[in-house]
Amino acid sequence: MASTITASQTGEAPVFYLKDEHPHPEGHSTPLGFWIYLMSDCLIFAVLFAIYGVLGTNYAAGPGPKDLFDLNLVALNTAMLLFSSITYGFAMLTMVQGRVAATQGWLAVTALFGLAFLGIELYEFHHLISIGATPQRSAFLSSFFVLVGTHWLHVTFGTIWLFTLMVQVARHGLITANRRRLMCLSMFWHFLDVIWIGVFTFVYLLGMLR
Amino acid sequence: MSEASTQTSMILGKLTLQSFPLHEPIVVATFVVVALGGIAVVGALTYFRLWGYLWREWFTSVDHKKIGIMYMVLGLIMLLRGFADAVMMRIQQAWAFNGSEGYLNAHHYDQIFTAHGTIMIFFVAMPLVTGLMNYVVPLQIGARDVSFPFLNNFSFWMTTAGAVLVMMSLFIGEFARTGWLAYPPLSGIAYSPDVGVDYYIWALQVAGVGTTLSGINLICTIVKMRAPGMSLMKMPIFTWTALCSNVLIVASFPVLTATLALLTLDRYVGTNFFTNDFGGNPMMYVNLIWIWGHPEVYILILPAFGIFSEVTSTFSGKRLFGYTSMVYATVVITILSYLVWLHHFFTMGSGASVNSFFGITTMIISIPTGAKIFNWLFTMYRGRIRYEEPMMWTVAFMLTFVIGGMTGVLLAVPPADFVLHNSLFLVAHFHNVIIGGVLYGLLAGIVYWWPKAFGFRLHPTMGKISFWFWVIGFWVAFTPLYVLGLMGVTRRMRVFDDPSLQIWFVIAGFGAALIFLGIVFFLLQIAYSIWKRHELRDETGDPWDGRTLEWATSSPPPAYNFAFTPVIHDNDAWTDMKRRGYVRPLSGFKPIHMPRNTGTGIILAGISLALGFALIWHIWWLAALCFAAIIVTAIAHSFNYDRDFHIPAADVVQAEDERTRRLAGSRA
Repeated sequence: MASTITASQTGEAPVFYLKDEHPHPEGHSTPLGFWIYLMSDCLIFAVLFAIYGVLGTNYAAGPGPKDLFDLNLVALNTAMLLFSSITYGFAMLTMVQGRVAATQGWLAVTALFGLAFLGIELYEFHHLISIGATPQRSAFLSSFFVLVGTHWLHVTFGTIWLFTLMVQVARHGLITANRRRLMCLSMFWHFLDVIWIGVFTFVYLLGMLR
Repeated sequence: MSEASTQTSMILGKLTLQSFPLHEPIVVATFVVVALGGIAVVGALTYFRLWGYLWREWFTSVDHKKIGIMYMVLGLIMLLRGFADAVMMRIQQAWAFNGSEGYLNAHHYDQIFTAHGTIMIFFVAMPLVTGLMNYVVPLQIGARDVSFPFLNNFSFWMTTAGAVLVMMSLFIGEFARTGWLAYPPLSGIAYSPDVGVDYYIWALQVAGVGTTLSGINLICTIVKMRAPGMSLMKMPIFTWTALCSNVLIVASFPVLTATLALLTLDRYVGTNFFTNDFGGNPMMYVNLIWIWGHPEVYILILPAFGIFSEVTSTFSGKRLFGYTSMVYATVVITILSYLVWLHHFFTMGSGASVNSFFGITTMIISIPTGAKIFNWLFTMYRGRIRYEEPMMWTVAFMLTFVIGGMTGVLLAVPPADFVLHNSLFLVAHFHNVIIGGVLYGLLAGIVYWWPKAFGFRLHPTMGKISFWFWVIGFWVAFTPLYVLGLMGVTRRMRVFDDPSLQIWFVIAGFGAALIFLGIVFFLLQIAYSIWKRHELRDETGDPWDGRTLEWATSSPPPAYNFAFTPVIHDNDAWTDMKRRGYVRPLSGFKPIHMPRNTGTGIILAGISLALGFALIWHIWWLAALCFAAIIVTAIAHSFNYDRDFHIPAADVVQAEDERTRRLAGSRA
């Protein structure tokens, strides 16, 4: 504490204030704040999983998971999302090295995988609804559509965010603020991956076993 | 279902001329008064050319102190609305005997008890608690602002947008008629086809965004922005309770958001989460809403405990007794508050084992709470107690809250609860703890920190008159409800058959009148104190001989709070500074790095308000437009990288020299 002055020059001389500005750089709490936000978001998914756990077998004489799910399609879908997480990881690695073009390239690849995931998911929803397995049909389908649909919405917002960040990186380069933002989106993207692992396991795989 | 609600048009959705309750004379009269008052306020602001000042200095401000004050204003305005509802209920229940229907029809009365609960919790208690935390916490930890100043402004305006939606329901359409937690299937589309429940849902969702973000913000602030030397166990106890309260907010409000979203889907899309058919389960909603709802009551009471701790210690002139045990008690309450939710519906039929578990966890919560009461008593023991108004509220709290706590433990016993649940005994119990705990705490906090915020004290005599009306009025109003509850009278009744009950309701109504006088004198106290502010002026910044850091700076504090970042050595940092010869620095000021004001928060909240309104009335084009506008505005805001500035050293010198002059004047 070389930069402090003392209130009294005699005796114990307690230090009661810092003479120099105590630096709180902008955004120094952002990673923590974003983590806490992600945990609150996780609770929303926790509620939806709980709802699925309780209502997921209430078919109301309608179709069940075995009648509806196509595991090949889901496997393809899962692969798209997992690949997008890997490519986002590569984007972060190149960001740390300060390579703007490479970062942008990996972000674009991530966005493509994300869009593929969103498209396949939409196709699945469309297929289910077209054969009469609508969210209104039973509590099982209500909870299925809302759990998977909420995840879909999150990935959609993540993709919009990704494109926004690509524009911002193009404009300002990999400045501190942009690195922080890319880091937050990275946490968000991997978080959605973790949620999807839960969906894949509890909704699709366990559903096929029932 | 009325015809108006079945037909929807492309342009206005379900909104028609019939949506305006012109056939309800009480509502029309209220509207006229509110409209005239509103026109008068808008006219005055325009006449005195205050709009620019308000916009620049308050609405777009990211200063935690101004946002805190705006939260308090919002909470106090909504308190008047919520209390008006309470008075109307008391009059109706004292009146509707011997074949009389009273003066409120069922349609109106059911909205009133729903609005009363919703408003008092979400738009009175929450803004007041959040406002105090916003104002005080950064000062207590020696910070310049919160971690995310823009989010703080945005949170406030989202809370306000929710409050505006509730107020709109009074004059456009109707509010929910379901009780304050809107249990399905009653709140489902089959039994509540009108817009009331939609107002409820969207008001809470819009405000909930603000509450969640403000929770994240304050956690980050407390974790990351403490002054050097302030370890966790050196934090002032109010900051500790604020931390726990905000942890509870972040860990419980997402559950409310998700639960209300599912109810929304049931109503708008026709899903079957909480319906009686197609596999839905209404009790799922009741479980989920109380998994939010029980922590919510601790979100409110913990900061109140913090206020009482600060007040007791300050006005006893002693260090808080058992600081460590106080912290642990707060944390234990935080954790236990998640393990008791089922005691709100023991009658669900979950069986003896489950009910026993939740009954026992509920009783266990009274142990850390009891420890707190003893800590306050031992703090007072052999203290040099000054019975200023905050201390009076604290003593009244201890007497009142202990009785509320005991009736709570009584209700925690499942067999007793089977008899008493949904009765007026329950109503008396939770008013006993919420008024006697949360509200007394907030009033103590307002009187205690008022001089800090405005530089002058509140007039003590007026405050003491208000105090006695409140405390006596509370017991006169709610003791009869305990009696009636024990006799088996259920809550939310509009008319009564048994004439022998009437006297109790008349007494309760008289109590409400006393509380009304308490509120009147509280408002008079504020008005009178503003009028006499020069006589009540405090130049020292430390009118109560305070112990924590907020009293180290001037009243009101400068925008930057502290010219130099304080260094903390002791729990009672300011007492320590005073005892060990702290000398206020008079030179060496540096430019101070501060966040810049922005209007994005109020704009986003305004669009969210329009979005809520559009969704309530099924005006789909407007909803889509608003949704797109929110995303575009948020993205546009993210393109602004220029969010901070430096207060020049010359300005800091000027402000600090002014304080030096005032301090010298106060000593002379």
